[in-house]
Amino acid sequence: MVTRTRKLGRTAIPRLLGVATHVGALIPLASILWDYWFYQLGADPIRDVTLRTGKSALILLGLSLACTPLNILFGWKQLIPLRKVLGLYAFLYASLHALTFVWLDYGLDPGLIREAIFQKPYAIAGLATFLLLLPLAVTSNRWSRRRLGKRWNQLHKLAYVAAVLAGLHFLWLVKGAYSRPLVYGALLSVLLLIRVPPIREKIVYWRRQLTKRMLGRSTSDV
Amino acid sequence: MLVKKRTGIEIPSSEITPKHLYLSRRKFLKGAAVGAATLAGSAVLASCRPSAPGSEVETPPGEVGATTDELDDSLTEYRHVIGYNNFYEFALDKESVAAKAANFVTSPWQVTVGGLVNNPKTYDLDDLGKFDQEERIYRLRCVEGWSMVIPWIGFPLSALLADVEPRSNAKYVRFETLYDPEQMPGQRSRGYSWPYVEGLRLDEAVHDLTLLATGLYGEGLPPQNGAPVRLVVPWKYGFKNIKSIVKIDLVEEMPISLWMQASPREYGFYANVNPEVPHPRWSQATERRIGESARRDTPIFNGYADQVAALYEGMDLQVNF
Repeated sequence: MVTRTRKLGRTAIPRLLGVATHVGALIPLASILWDYWFYQLGADPIRDVTLRTGKSALILLGLSLACTPLNILFGWKQLIPLRKVLGLYAFLYASLHALTFVWLDYGLDPGLIREAIFQKPYAIAGLATFLLLLPLAVTSNRWSRRRLGKRWNQLHKLAYVAAVLAGLHFLWLVKGAYSRPLVYGALLSVLLLIRVPPIREKIVYWRRQLTKRMLGRSTSDV
Repeated sequence: MLVKKRTGIEIPSSEITPKHLYLSRRKFLKGAAVGAATLAGSAVLASCRPSAPGSEVETPPGEVGATTDELDDSLTEYRHVIGYNNFYEFALDKESVAAKAANFVTSPWQVTVGGLVNNPKTYDLDDLGKFDQEERIYRLRCVEGWSMVIPWIGFPLSALLADVEPRSNAKYVRFETLYDPEQMPGQRSRGYSWPYVEGLRLDEAVHDLTLLATGLYGEGLPPQNGAPVRLVVPWKYGFKNIKSIVKIDLVEEMPISLWMQASPREYGFYANVNPEVPHPRWSQATERRIGESARRDTPIFNGYADQVAALYEGMDLQVNF
């Protein structure tokens, strides 16, 4: 009986996590559609959609990059498969965000788009983020991973660069109120620091020592 | 003699539809059915969508003299005018300002007018009400690239200035918003040098278009729109229109506004609406009128060039932005 429930738990948790990820990642899109349907998008609906898709993309990209550090910190291996799903959803929202900007907002006006791309630092950073995410999304499938071999890992390190550029895009966009982009930047820095090999090894070592000690104590208690 | 015997059911081969044709016809019919179903489905879906909220949602409380400005642009819906506000003293988010400002106490209220004047005075609300109030329909262009058309009520700032008699050495007018972090939670954040300060050159201040607004849409100003008294300078970006004014001083030196202090590269003293002077973030060449989806071109001086261009004759507007 005991082994059976344990086995069930082992497959149920990752599946539950997977479902929760899909549901959670689709909630922002659903709420945008809902608000569109019921005319709740506010006084400037295009701006509202732009901000909301952008925010979702940023959060999902951050969460995708948080899986590995959380695994290092707490040994949560179940999170590793979520990196891809979260990253793809981040790309979905980034695409919607870019489309909203150039199509709904700028009406595909080449003059306006050119002005943004060549003159506005935030737009340059945003475009660069999107262009970096594009090959990652295209090569996220198993076939590409096999084809690219070692280079796949190198290529997908671009996700860090994309996240930093996305943060700059955010920072250059806000008007004076820098607290939110700075919080994002701080969190991202922590996530990146945890991955630095010497730090990573130290953390893993401490965690193993800690679990060993805790296991030792619990057995001695028994 | 060869006689071809015709049976009753014989069909000439020319009349037999080739297989690939009748198959494609089936395909077509299927496609048409699917298409019709999709159309019907979307029609049903569309009919399920509630109708767009119109003016019945939030009826303007007062009478308005006209429904368009002098360029035939329609007034921005009342619900947007009172629901989409930049007023950082209450909130950074335009849509939550109205709720946060709902309990703002605007009476009693005093506006102290002083500095380089012969007749310094403190006005309470009744005193301000004694100036001849009139309705002015103005376009408001925010530096963020959106705009509205708003029916203001108020009186020319020049009337107030005439009352206090500026001295000959007065060159500028400096305005200050109430400083009350208890009521205005945004003033507790240290990101800006509160209170909000704005300024005008004296000739801009006495220009007939420059208004001290005390109301909109036929009633007194709602708190989120800068109650009880605010500045409206329609040819400048919206942030020049300082809200909830408590102090007006005539001064000799150019006042440093809150935005100039926060980011001198982005916000100049003049802040005239000008599609030729780009901003690092927002396109100033175009704007979106609230309630419309396509962008429209932004005219220089927000369409008031005939009245105000002379004020800046000989000035390099790229430098004096």
